[in-house]
Amino acid sequence: MTNSLTMDTPAERRRLDEMHQGLVGEPLDRPDGPLKVSGRATYAHEWNLEDTAYGVLVRATIAKGKAAIANRAEIEAMDGVLTVLTDNRFLRNPAQGTAGEAPVQSGLDVEYFGQPVALVVAETFEQARHAAQAVIFDGEAEADVPFDPEAVDPEEQEDETVDQGDLDAAMREAAHSIDAVYRTAGHAAAAMEPHCSIASWDGDELTLRGSYQMLKYNVAELADALGIDEDKVRILSPFVGGGFGSKLGISPEAVSAAIAAKALGRPVVVNMARQQVFDAILRRSETRQHVRLAADEDGRLTGIGHEALVSNAPGEEFAEPVTQSTHFLYAGESRKLGLSIARIHRTPAGSVRAPGEAVGMPVLECAMDELAEAAAIDPVELRKRNIPERHPEEDIPFSSRKYVEALDEGARRFGWDKRNRHPGGLVEGEWLIGHGMAGASRVNMLNAAEARVTLSADGHATVETDMTDIGTGTYAILSQVAGEMLGLPIDKVETKLGDSSFPKGPGSGGSWGASSSGSAVFLACEEIRKAICERLDCEESDLTLKDGTATAGNRSLPLADLLGGDDLVGEGKIEPGKTGEECAQATYGAYFCEVAVNRYTGETRVRRMTGVFGAGRILNRKTATSQCLGGITWGIGMALTEELVHDPRDGHIVNRDLAEYHVPVNLDVPQIDIVLLDERDDAASPIQAKGIGELGLCGAAGAVANAIYNATGIRVRNFPITLDKLIGELPGS
Amino acid sequence: MKPFDYRRAESPSDATDAGARIIAGGTNLLDLMKLEIERPDTLIDINRLDLKAIEETEEGGLRIGALVTNSDCAADPRIRRDYGVLARAILAGASGQLRNKATTGGNLCQRTRCGYFYDTAMPCNKRDPGSGCQAKDGFNRIHAVLGASEACIATYPGDMAVAMTALDATVEIESKGGETRIVPVADFHRLPGDTPERDNVLDPGDLITAVTLPPPPGGVHLYRKVRDRASYAFALVSVAAVVTIADGRFERVALAFGGLAHKPWRDPRVEELLTGEEPGPALFDEAAEMLLADAEGHGHNDFKIPLAWRTLRAVLTEASERGDTA
Amino acid sequence: METRLSINGDTHMLDADPRTTLLDALRNHLGLTGSKKGCDHGQCGACTVLIDGRRINSCLTLACMHDGQEITTIEGLGEPGNLSPLQAAFVRHDGYQCGYCTPGQICSATAMLKEAEQGWPSYVSDDLDGAPALDGEEISERMSGNLCRCGAYSNIVDAITQVVGERA
Repeated sequence: MTNSLTMDTPAERRRLDEMHQGLVGEPLDRPDGPLKVSGRATYAHEWNLEDTAYGVLVRATIAKGKAAIANRAEIEAMDGVLTVLTDNRFLRNPAQGTAGEAPVQSGLDVEYFGQPVALVVAETFEQARHAAQAVIFDGEAEADVPFDPEAVDPEEQEDETVDQGDLDAAMREAAHSIDAVYRTAGHAAAAMEPHCSIASWDGDELTLRGSYQMLKYNVAELADALGIDEDKVRILSPFVGGGFGSKLGISPEAVSAAIAAKALGRPVVVNMARQQVFDAILRRSETRQHVRLAADEDGRLTGIGHEALVSNAPGEEFAEPVTQSTHFLYAGESRKLGLSIARIHRTPAGSVRAPGEAVGMPVLECAMDELAEAAAIDPVELRKRNIPERHPEEDIPFSSRKYVEALDEGARRFGWDKRNRHPGGLVEGEWLIGHGMAGASRVNMLNAAEARVTLSADGHATVETDMTDIGTGTYAILSQVAGEMLGLPIDKVETKLGDSSFPKGPGSGGSWGASSSGSAVFLACEEIRKAICERLDCEESDLTLKDGTATAGNRSLPLADLLGGDDLVGEGKIEPGKTGEECAQATYGAYFCEVAVNRYTGETRVRRMTGVFGAGRILNRKTATSQCLGGITWGIGMALTEELVHDPRDGHIVNRDLAEYHVPVNLDVPQIDIVLLDERDDAASPIQAKGIGELGLCGAAGAVANAIYNATGIRVRNFPITLDKLIGELPGS
Repeated sequence: MKPFDYRRAESPSDATDAGARIIAGGTNLLDLMKLEIERPDTLIDINRLDLKAIEETEEGGLRIGALVTNSDCAADPRIRRDYGVLARAILAGASGQLRNKATTGGNLCQRTRCGYFYDTAMPCNKRDPGSGCQAKDGFNRIHAVLGASEACIATYPGDMAVAMTALDATVEIESKGGETRIVPVADFHRLPGDTPERDNVLDPGDLITAVTLPPPPGGVHLYRKVRDRASYAFALVSVAAVVTIADGRFERVALAFGGLAHKPWRDPRVEELLTGEEPGPALFDEAAEMLLADAEGHGHNDFKIPLAWRTLRAVLTEASERGDTA
Repeated sequence: METRLSINGDTHMLDADPRTTLLDALRNHLGLTGSKKGCDHGQCGACTVLIDGRRINSCLTLACMHDGQEITTIEGLGEPGNLSPLQAAFVRHDGYQCGYCTPGQICSATAMLKEAEQGWPSYVSDDLDGAPALDGEEISERMSGNLCRCGAYSNIVDAITQVVGERA
C-alpha cells in the first residue's frame, strides 16, 4: 500500500517530534563514509565491465555552422580504433534540470565552440584519445555570430516581470536611494568527478552507469534522445562525485556512449576530459543587474528595482532567475523586477548551484550595504527594518521565517558591534581589515517523491528510492528518518539509492531532496507503523517504537517477534500542494565576514566567516553544516576568484581547466563558523524540513564584497573582485 | 597523446639524443603530451641517472643535480639556511604533490600557461610557428608586459628560476658530443622575438645536468608571489629579492621578477640605482619607474604594471625593515 | 610494454601501452579505482598516491616509470572496519561530501604529516629553519594541492588537526 500525501495543509502535528529513537537531527557520521574514505565507493567510471571499449568525444572548433569530418578514413585506420561516430541523436548540450525529454539534438550542426559532435571509440583509452585528437573538421563557419550578451537585443521573460507602483517616482522622492549596475561572471559547476557514462545493452535493454542527479528525469531524457521506451532504460548512480546542477540533465557523453555500445555490441565508456566539461556542460550565466533602492529617512524601503540580463543559447528555455528572492525578501511599495535573456553562441547556460539567488542575492545585499551607508544605519538594522509582514507582491503570508533570528545570532557570534566602522580605518601591517555582512535567502520547493521501506523479519529496515546522494548526505538522513519512525538504531537501517528501478525520488536539485525524499520515507514508515498497530491491536497514538521494540500500553515486544517471520513493506509518496501556493516558503540566513586586503597588491583573504541559517527541521546537523560550509566556500569563490572567460572572437572558454578557472583552494577558506537555527516549517513538508543544500551560497559573496568595501572604501560592482579591480584605487596609487 | 618509444637512459650520453624528448618529473611534459602540444616520437626517461645530489662546490656554493626534486631542494637545510629566496620560491610553486615530482632541470623548462598555447584549436606562434598570436587581441590577463614581441606575449610561469636568477645561479648543460657548457640562469630563458617556439637556449640533444649556486650571498631573502588564489596558482607578478643593508643603506640588491615576461626578468640598472642609497618610498618609486619604463600592457594585463610597481615597493619596504634589524 | 608494479604490498605485472599513466593503469587495468581522475593534468589532486611514501599526482606520470618503486594507494591505507587514523577522522569530521576528492585528500594528508615531521617548511612558514607547527594555516597551505569543490575544507582541516593532536 502506498501512503500518499499532497501537501495541501500545514503539518501541524509534528510527528517526528513524537518519536523516541532520537536519531533525527543528530550529527551522525555518514553511513557511506567508510566506503568513500577507503576508495571503495563506486563512481560512474568504476564498474570495470568486461570488454569495455573507450570512447572519447570530439569537439567542434567553430562557433556556428556545419561540421564535417575531413579525415574519417584516416582516423578509422588508426591503431585500435573501432568506430568514428557522428549521429543526429547526439546532444548539443545537456538537458536542463527536470526537462524529462531530450535537449536539442543537433548532430553536426554546431551552435557553440566546443560542442561535442563526434565520438571516437577504440580498444584502449590511450588509442581513443589520440585518434580523437587527430580528427580534422572542414566544416563551414558562419560569420557575424553574436557572443557578447550586452551587444544583442535581449528577449524579455515576461513571466518574471513585476511592475508595481511607481518606482521612478519612489526614487525621485526617496530620502536615500541607490541606483547601480552590478555584473557577475559566468561560473562552472566544476564537480570533481567529470561527466562519465558506461553504456551496456542486453538485447534492447540499456543499462547506463553514469553520474547523474535526477534519475527519473534522466531515464526519460535518455530514452527520448535514443527513441526507445523508458522501460528499456536503467540508470545506476549510487555515488555521484559532485553535481551542483551540472548533472541534473542527461548529457552528451551518455547518449553517445549508448549509441556506440549498441553499434559495437559491447560496453562503451565515455569519460569527458576536464576541458570538455568546461566546453560542453551547462555553465551559470554571467549577469548584468540594475538595482535601484528607494528609502525614506529611516531607511524604510519605498521601492525596489532589480532588472537582470542573462544569456543562453538559442532554444534553451532556462534563464538564470536572478531576482527570485528579491520578490519577497524586503518590503517596498513600488517594485520593478525583470529578467531578459540574450541569445548568444557561448556554451549554453543552465542551473548551477542555487540558480538565481547565487548571483542575485549578493548583488541585492551589496546594494543594501550601499543603502545602509547612505542612510547611516547599521546594515543589520536596515535589513530588520525592511522585513515585510506579507509577501509584498502576492499578498500571502510567509511560512516559518528565521531571518531576524539569523541576523541577530550572527551579529552576536561574530562580534558585529566591534566591527570596523570606517573604510580604511583598521590596518594591520600591510593589510586593511574590513567587516561586512549580508542576508541569505533561497526559495523553498517540494517535489514529488516516492520511497519504499521494508522492515525485514529480522528487524532491519531498508529504504529504497532512485534518489541520489551527490555529497548532500542522503544516505545518512533517509536512514535517520526511517530509524526514527521505526524505532531502530541507525546500524539496523540501510538506505539504497541511485538505481532507477527503485521508487522514483525527486532527484538532487533545487535543495528539495532532503525534505521531499525524507517525507516520502516518513510516509512509507507511517504505513509500516500502521501495520504494526494492527498486529498489536493498538491505536497509532499509543505505539512507541524504540531500539527494535514495540510498546503499546503495558505490552512490549521485540519487532522480530512481532513480525513473526514476515517482512512489512510500506511505500510513501509526497506531492506538493496548496501550502506551496498559499504561503511564501523560503529559507533564510545571514553571513558575517572579515577580510584582509593587502594595501600594496590588492590581494584579499577571507579571515573569518560566520553563517547562521534557518532551514526548517535539520535532519542531520553534521551533513547540514557541511552543506552550508560548501555554500559559503562557493560564495568565497564567486566573490574573489571564479570567472568563466570567453574569447570575444569565437566565444570559446579560454580558461577551460582547473589551473586557470579558479575554484577556491584550502588556503582561500578560513575555518567557517556555522549555526543552524532550531526551526519547524509546518507548511514546507510533513517532516517540517526545508532545503539547505544551496542556502549557504545565496548572498555569501555579498558579505565578502561588503567587507572589502569596509576595508578599502572601494565598491567593486563587478564580481569576482580580483586584485586588478582594486589596485587602481588603493592608497598610494 | 601520440605513441612514442620509451627508453631509459643509463648514462648522460644516452640522454643526449637530438631526436628524443627527455622526461624527468614529467609534470609539465605529460600535461602537454596529453593535449598533443608536445608530440615526441621518443621519450628518454632520465630518472635513473645519478643527478640527484646537492653538493658543495669548491667555491663555497652548491651544485644542485638536475634530478633533485623541487621538494628536496626546498627542504635541504643548506638551501633553507643560505638561500632562503630559493626555498621560498619553490614552496610558492604548484603543490606538494607536484613539487615531489618536478625536478630542478625540468622546472627550468616549464612552458607558458597562455590559454591559446594550451588550446590546439587556436593559432599560436609558440606551438605552431607562423600561425599567429591569438592572445594579443584575446584574453591576455596573465601575459607579458616586458620584453614581449609581435609574435608572442606569453610569460614564463615558474617560480624557482626567478629566485635562481636573483641568486646569479648557472645552468650546467651537457651537449650531444659530451661537452659541457655553463649558462647563467638569467640567460637560459629567451625573449620571444621572432622565434617564440624556443623558450630557452637548449639545443636538441642538450641535457641539463645541474644548477650551481654561488657562495651564500647573505642578506635578507624574500620571495613575494602575487596570484589570484592564496595558493596553487601561477604568479601574476612575483619578486625575488636578496638584499643587504649596511649603515642604513642598500649595500647589495638583487631583484628578479616573475610573471612579467617570457623569462625571469632582471634589470641591473634598477639594482644599481638602489645600491648605496637610503631606503625610502621615493627611491622605491624611482626604482619601479625605471623597471617599468618600457612596460606595455595588452588590455587585460594592464594592471600588471601598477601591480609590479606596488609589489616591488612592498618587497623593498619589507626588506629594508628587516635589513635594518638583521 | 611490461612493467612490474608493487602496489600496496602486492606485485602486479602490467602489460600496457607506454602512454598509460600510473592513474589509468590503476583504474583501467588493475581495478584499483580508489584513485580518482578529476582533471588528468595535475590541477586537482584527486589522483594523489604515494610513491615510496611521497605524495604525487598519479595522472602526471607514466606507469612504466615506476618499475620497482613502492606504490601506495588509498586502498592500501585502510578499509572499512580497519580505517587509518586519517580515514577515520575524515568520517568523524565530515571531511568530504561527494567523496570524489577524498582518497586524494587522505593520501595527500598522510604524506603531508610525514613531510612536516621531517621538518619541511611551507610557503606560509615564518621560519624556514624551525620545526613547523601544523596549525590551521600550515595545514591549509600544505593541502592546497587538493581541490574540494563541495567545500569541505574547514572539516578537512579539523580532521587533520585531530590526527596531528593524537600524534603529539
